[in-house]
Amino acid sequence: MEKEIKEITNDLKKKFKVEISEFRDEISLLVSPEKIVEVCKSLKKDHGFEQLSSLTAVDYWPEIAPRFHVVYQMNSYSKKIRLELRVPLDGNNPSVDSVESVYPNANWFEREIWDMLGVTIDGHSDPRRILMPHDWEGHPLRKDYPLGYEEVQFTFNHEEIQKRKPNPKD
Amino acid sequence: MAQLESIKVTTDEIKHLISNRAVEGETMLLNMGPQHPATHGVLRMLVELDGETVINCIPDIGFLHTGIEKNMEAKTYMKAEVMTDRLDYLNTVGNNLAYVLAVEKLVELDVPERAQVIRVIMTELQRIASHLVWMGTAAMDLAAMTVFLYSFREREDILNILEMVSGQRMMTTYFRPGGVWRDVPEEFEKAVRDFIDIMPARLDEYESLLTENPIFIDRTKGIGVIPKNKALGWGLTGPIARGSGIDYDIRKAHPYTGYENYDFDVPVQKAGDVYARYQVRVEEMRQSLRIIDQALKAFPKGPFRSNNRKFVPPPRAELGTSMEAVIHHFKLWTEGFDAPKGSVYFPVESPRGELGIFLEGDGGPKPYRVHWRTPSFSNLQVLSWLAKGHYVADLIAIIGSIDFVLGDTDR
Repeated sequence: MEKEIKEITNDLKKKFKVEISEFRDEISLLVSPEKIVEVCKSLKKDHGFEQLSSLTAVDYWPEIAPRFHVVYQMNSYSKKIRLELRVPLDGNNPSVDSVESVYPNANWFEREIWDMLGVTIDGHSDPRRILMPHDWEGHPLRKDYPLGYEEVQFTFNHEEIQKRKPNPKD
Repeated sequence: MAQLESIKVTTDEIKHLISNRAVEGETMLLNMGPQHPATHGVLRMLVELDGETVINCIPDIGFLHTGIEKNMEAKTYMKAEVMTDRLDYLNTVGNNLAYVLAVEKLVELDVPERAQVIRVIMTELQRIASHLVWMGTAAMDLAAMTVFLYSFREREDILNILEMVSGQRMMTTYFRPGGVWRDVPEEFEKAVRDFIDIMPARLDEYESLLTENPIFIDRTKGIGVIPKNKALGWGLTGPIARGSGIDYDIRKAHPYTGYENYDFDVPVQKAGDVYARYQVRVEEMRQSLRIIDQALKAFPKGPFRSNNRKFVPPPRAELGTSMEAVIHHFKLWTEGFDAPKGSVYFPVESPRGELGIFLEGDGGPKPYRVHWRTPSFSNLQVLSWLAKGHYVADLIAIIGSIDFVLGDTDR
């Protein structure tokens, strides 16, 4: 199994210049955003990764370059190995190409990362929100999005907080 | 004309998902759910119908979204575990298992053998309970009322065992990083033994109600067929994938918590229809019984949780005599333990398929990012493709056979 993973990662390194890292026996490849669809195609066709297991994103705010990592979990049924792809994205309004054409089940996962983290998916067939209401503003899983508790007011900052406190009468 | 106006208002956002005939009012748009009994929870579907035939089906989820991932980021690793039960409320023990395994992998914590065996027994019991609920509700959708009443009788036995070990029937939070909350009580082994002795006969009883029931066969055979390549493409896992001829089980492919020590088969059916999925799930219950039997026979004695005080709180009795234990207890329950920078992805086989947790640590005591790759979410999206061309009545059978839990889908 070790050998198979080595072969695959070396091949991808040669073709797409990916960066390889390892943590707790999990191999992770850093792929540049413009190559992700090509890498997925190659993984599916040449290396037997039949399924996209999971797709998510991580927000590293307040860092800006890269602010987001889109994380793909690849699964190979035949070889029984797994692989992680990470796509770094810069800026506050990033976008990444859809891999729906390679793995159809990316559809909902990509809608989810648009909905929850505000990563725009280029070429998506159904770019709507999925979990939040359709008229929701903001992207809840971003790190600059508050959890939604009430701020505690003390004597010294009572006035200051009172100003921005949501008032049910408004 | 009035109908046309109302359609225009509601279909603006989803125009690309329905046919032009619906916009012109030639076919009917039917709203199903979110409070429909056959949708197994709060799932809303917009169904485009030509007579009784489904042309398009648009699942709409999110009604049960509770922000569990965001909430977990604000809690320490130990406290975040209580959120995991609330995801898939029919597989609470399995969710705990995925979470504690991911945490243990992230902080490199060892688990004693006894705890691993307890975990296997509990998870397999929960798998049977989940399949029983599925069997009852899916059969009831097809008008087989009796199975529902019977299967809830056996589920009750399992819930009683969960209550016996954890004090809770559903939201157990019984597994903890490093082991389990407390050792199983004395009567545990007998209760599980009694259950697995009686269960095979009960399963035969259910099968006598469904397997050769001509009405059930008419409603399920050849309905909702998913070929193998489509099952791969749509990312299906678990009993649905195995019903389509994919011989894959994470317990075999990437064994965790000691599953490599047990002898069990992975049931696979080639047909890919609703009936095949039914067969796979019934056989899975029998295999779970086999695993529990082996686990009970090899039930090792010893500690039930790790002795590593940096991650596992000391036993209550020690607090009165040891200052060090008091300090550890205090530090763990206020600050929690730190996990290193880095991310792990841990998949386990839940009753519905691959339950994967992506856990990223940033060196502090709280998870930086948690993502649940839930089987219900991933499996449900096949519905829009699968429902096409079926009758509305068959759509009910298909929904039942996918076996999703909306708490799991919406998180």
